[in-house]
Amino acid sequence: MKPLDDADWKRVAQTAEFKSLLSAKRRFIIPATIFFLVYYFALPVLVGYAPRLMEKKVLGPVNLAYLFALSQFFMAWAIAAFYVRAAGRFDRMVERIISMIRSWGRGE
Amino acid sequence: MSIALVMFLAFVVVTLGITGWAARRSSGASAYFAAGRRITGWQNGIAVAGDYMSAASFLGIAGIIAFQGYDGFMYSVGWLVAYLTVLLIVAEPLRNAGKYTMADVLAYRLSPRPVRAMASLSTLTVSTFYMIAQMVGAGALVSLLLKDSGLSYEAAVIGVGVLMIIYVVFGGMLATTWVQIVKAILLMAGTILLSIFVMSRFEFSFPSFFEALTHVTYTENGVQVTRDFLQPGLRFKPPYGALDLISLGLALIFGTAGLPHILVRFYTVPDAKTARTSVVWAMAIIGTFYILTTFLGFGAATLVGRDTIAANGGTNMSAPLLARELGGEIFFAFVAAIAFATILAVVAGLTISASTSFAHDFYTNVIHHGKMKDLGEEVRVARITAFVVGAVAMGIAILLGPTANVAFLVALAFAVAASANLPVILFSVFWRRFNTTGAVAGLATGLIASIALILIGPSVKIFDPPIFPLENPGILSIPLGFIGAVLGTLIGREPEAEDKFDELIVRANTGIGAEKSTAH
Repeated sequence: MKPLDDADWKRVAQTAEFKSLLSAKRRFIIPATIFFLVYYFALPVLVGYAPRLMEKKVLGPVNLAYLFALSQFFMAWAIAAFYVRAAGRFDRMVERIISMIRSWGRGE
Repeated sequence: MSIALVMFLAFVVVTLGITGWAARRSSGASAYFAAGRRITGWQNGIAVAGDYMSAASFLGIAGIIAFQGYDGFMYSVGWLVAYLTVLLIVAEPLRNAGKYTMADVLAYRLSPRPVRAMASLSTLTVSTFYMIAQMVGAGALVSLLLKDSGLSYEAAVIGVGVLMIIYVVFGGMLATTWVQIVKAILLMAGTILLSIFVMSRFEFSFPSFFEALTHVTYTENGVQVTRDFLQPGLRFKPPYGALDLISLGLALIFGTAGLPHILVRFYTVPDAKTARTSVVWAMAIIGTFYILTTFLGFGAATLVGRDTIAANGGTNMSAPLLARELGGEIFFAFVAAIAFATILAVVAGLTISASTSFAHDFYTNVIHHGKMKDLGEEVRVARITAFVVGAVAMGIAILLGPTANVAFLVALAFAVAASANLPVILFSVFWRRFNTTGAVAGLATGLIASIALILIGPSVKIFDPPIFPLENPGILSIPLGFIGAVLGTLIGREPEAEDKFDELIVRANTGIGAEKSTAH
């Protein structure tokens, strides 16, 4: 099959399929990124500027500061797991785009 | 001969065996720079973890927790969360659109020579500074761990340097990958064993473990004090403590995804999907490691005690001394050997990323305009570069000596990666208008701002009191890097770069036309 030329790349970029792939990715990645940034930076901000609150013992000797720091690990793993699931959906959208390009007689 | 030395030598023999095997298997540029792109997802995930978790993580963070309790644990969190940036934003587009280096992605639609020259300069800066920090640490640690064998600092630095040069020059990326995998497995095994031993002292009861942490006794300025190690405030103190931690957090979150030695790892897998899988594996390992480091650090604080550690080599010796307390000389030797393996795997990763960038970006594409007569030349240049970079790092480490304060070099490496590399990587795949002027301006501003703020900061004592109060410049240098890239873009006009944006985003998001793995 003929490899894609300049006009082909532009044509792919203009298809509804490719545009919906980009917007699906954006709809996941932007909120997820904002969430993890806020969640992560809340830790040093709260510990630094609201120490009284964070020193409160909530589970025997264990305080809020420790639990919040520990929760960051699970937050990161959870977002990674959600992303992998969403990415499976993106992969299927990509497969459809590639077969669409093949139907034009183009590809690798 | 001490047990520690025997274990060190065992690791050396195994890794040289790996290097010999890799040298026989690999031929050609893709094999040398990217292990033929045939590393599997889980293998690469473990290798990323091995590439990333330095002795500063293993010994350093355990030590900070042993001495400063909770604040050390809070410090460790950002090292994992940073991988979300790698996973969500950088790894897959980079694998889809690049070949060997991050500059490949930039050069797609920008003018290749200026962009590659600047990207290569930034890569060499990050890798060399990080390597010097590792070498000084390595020399001091290895000579401390092998104290009974009478190994000097200089001999330790040379030993580490020669080994890393051998791995990279002869074994290329394939050997580097497997050295990193072996190291990561050893590191996890040691950390899990240590944690179990620590908890066994508390009869596997978390309540009694955490209870013990609320009253840790040690000597401070000649006075005995008892502190609650679960409470914050022992490291990050007012007025700038919290701000410094936020600044470090920014450098980690934005910098990890711009570290050249981490980015090159994603070129070693067959496709973007495998790159994704490998980040997930890396996150599982790195996260588990940092959670367990808590047990090492808190365990050292309660079972060995700050005073004993301070008298026997200081913070970095917390984990090895904990091992001696829990499992005697054999376990001490095992943990010392892990620290040694850790150092070697990281410096090998740094060396190969520096030499790849110099050979592929600078030599091939800047000097020779991307046209090489002889295909083997790029690999030959990379091998020579690896040798030179290694020799320079050894020389500087010996000149600086074992007592040099090198922690700021690590802060600098992350700050440059976050302030120079990441803004241009992001803009090149997300902003159509972005152009060559913007890339060069962004890289230059981020690089200069990071170095300048470190120079006028508290780590390098040129100005006393420091003009810039934070040890970590990220909070200022990262916005400056972004602003530089934006202003440069707005000044320049480059219709060709905007024209090729469609091609880049289709490639980056679909993997059409991505580099294939090679048969061998």
